[in-house]
Amino acid sequence: MPVKKVFRLLGPYFYLLPALVIIIIFRFFPMLYAFRVSFYKWGMGGAEKFLAFKNYITILKDSNFWQAFGNTIYFSLGVVPTSLFLSLFIAILLHQKIKGGRFFRTIYFLPVITSIIAVSMVWKWIYHPQVGLSNNILRLFGIKGFNWLSEWRGIFQMFFSSLSMHAPIKGPSLALCSLIIVSVWKGLGYNIVLFLAGLENIPKQYYEAAKVDGATRWHVFRYITWPLLSPTTFYVLIITSIISFQMFAYVWMMTGPPAGGPLGTTNVLVYYLYDHSFNFSQYGYGTAAAFILFIIILTFTLIQRKFVERRVFYG
Amino acid sequence: MAKKTTGKIIIILLLSLMGITMVLPFYWMIITSLKTPLEAIQFPPTWFPHHLRFRNYIEAWKQVPFPRYFLNTIIITVATLAGVLITSSLAAYSFASMQYRGRNFIFLSFLALMMIPLPVYIVPGYLILIKLHWVDTYLALTIPWLVNVFSIFLLRQHFRTIPKDLYDAAVMDGCSRFGFLLKVVIPLSKAALITVSIFSIIGSWNAFIWPLVVTSKDALRPIQVGLAYFVQEQSTNYTLLTAATTFTVAPIVLLFFILEKRIIASFARSGLKG
Repeated sequence: MPVKKVFRLLGPYFYLLPALVIIIIFRFFPMLYAFRVSFYKWGMGGAEKFLAFKNYITILKDSNFWQAFGNTIYFSLGVVPTSLFLSLFIAILLHQKIKGGRFFRTIYFLPVITSIIAVSMVWKWIYHPQVGLSNNILRLFGIKGFNWLSEWRGIFQMFFSSLSMHAPIKGPSLALCSLIIVSVWKGLGYNIVLFLAGLENIPKQYYEAAKVDGATRWHVFRYITWPLLSPTTFYVLIITSIISFQMFAYVWMMTGPPAGGPLGTTNVLVYYLYDHSFNFSQYGYGTAAAFILFIIILTFTLIQRKFVERRVFYG
Repeated sequence: MAKKTTGKIIIILLLSLMGITMVLPFYWMIITSLKTPLEAIQFPPTWFPHHLRFRNYIEAWKQVPFPRYFLNTIIITVATLAGVLITSSLAAYSFASMQYRGRNFIFLSFLALMMIPLPVYIVPGYLILIKLHWVDTYLALTIPWLVNVFSIFLLRQHFRTIPKDLYDAAVMDGCSRFGFLLKVVIPLSKAALITVSIFSIIGSWNAFIWPLVVTSKDALRPIQVGLAYFVQEQSTNYTLLTAATTFTVAPIVLLFFILEKRIIASFARSGLKG
């Protein structure tokens, strides 16, 4: 075969090669290797003992794992609906073409590009129980203030006990709720920008027709904006849930010591696997936890796809 | 008419309230960084410092090797950006405009990889670094991130919009396949390449969990990890901590104000799949 023809045939692979090599060595291979590791007791020095499924079983029997699982669910349930509805509301306001709209959009986006570490640092200072801004503001209104990041009691428990009643469930600890607030604050701008892009895509004629028919504001929202925006809403729902399930840095930065406290009420799944892998060098256990996390995230994404996507109107 | 104006005023009030909520933490960070330690913990809090104490910045800068952390982050950001632009353009070009065996399979496998969340990847990634003896090296901080599947996907979508006729015409004029990429495809894809660059730069600058895991030497820490440990060690010295946080945030905020329109457009587009 002439050299030129060989080159034409192999050419495409040369373009692909740099990306392919790195992806095989640093993505595919590690995942396969880790799958094997998850069946071993694996420490600093490598394989110590073959355990078959024992790592997975131990994890699923560990009450700390289930606490972390519950906290992750609480965290997502706190973040996702709050962020979704708040950002939708603000995006609709911004969409009204008022003066300074772009200025507001810029301001709302500022936390999105700021690192989680910086955000955590600043909020940790704001939450400071004695001299933090949040309690200082509450004190101006005569409220005693809270131990934001070190309050282990559940918020329902706190609410009912303030009415001297017994709470049916404890709910997420105030410490976890403090992290929920920070996470909503940080991610809001991104969701606003996504919703604004979605709103721009709705054809103006629909609104004009509605106006002619004398539709009320609520009807316009209910029968035009909400259905036509549903692909964006669905995307925001999925992406915010996935991000919430991967929460880690807030716990590392803002809680404890030990991180995940008080009483494990801010321990989330990613922190659980990080703690076992890197604080205790239990790599087999850690990889098994990583795969369980992966399955959980996939399952939740698929559930949302199955049950929510049916209601999405793709026009 | 009056009703319309009242409506607008309510909207602006609501938006301003939200705006204050978003800006207040930043304002509080900067204000604290300019106070004396005593004024920082005063009640009621002061909304503007009595004396601007810029010394906090110098002290924070000197307490831990922040110049080194900045240098490390700049090295990582530049290397990753260059790597991502090169590998993604080449791979996207092959996916978008060439016919070869296994193309769709490889492309779909790449997309499947995007499903693996970073926290799931860190332990497996770390185990490979142990095998390669790369833990605590710049290699660990850069090489695995020289490829970004999302960037490949984004560029491929864009490259596909370039008409095939353009390629045929260029070949007639004696242009090679690689020459076409350099001289036609890349200049026509500036917007997409800028989007890819923006995500890469912000991602590298703010990266935390990976560098936290793969470095233990202080001299290799990038800015976020350096700041995180500084916060742990100086847990009560809030004037220095806010000063350090301010100068780590400043470069990316500056970039944001310069490229505000482009950055927001990039993020807005990241939601439109396909």
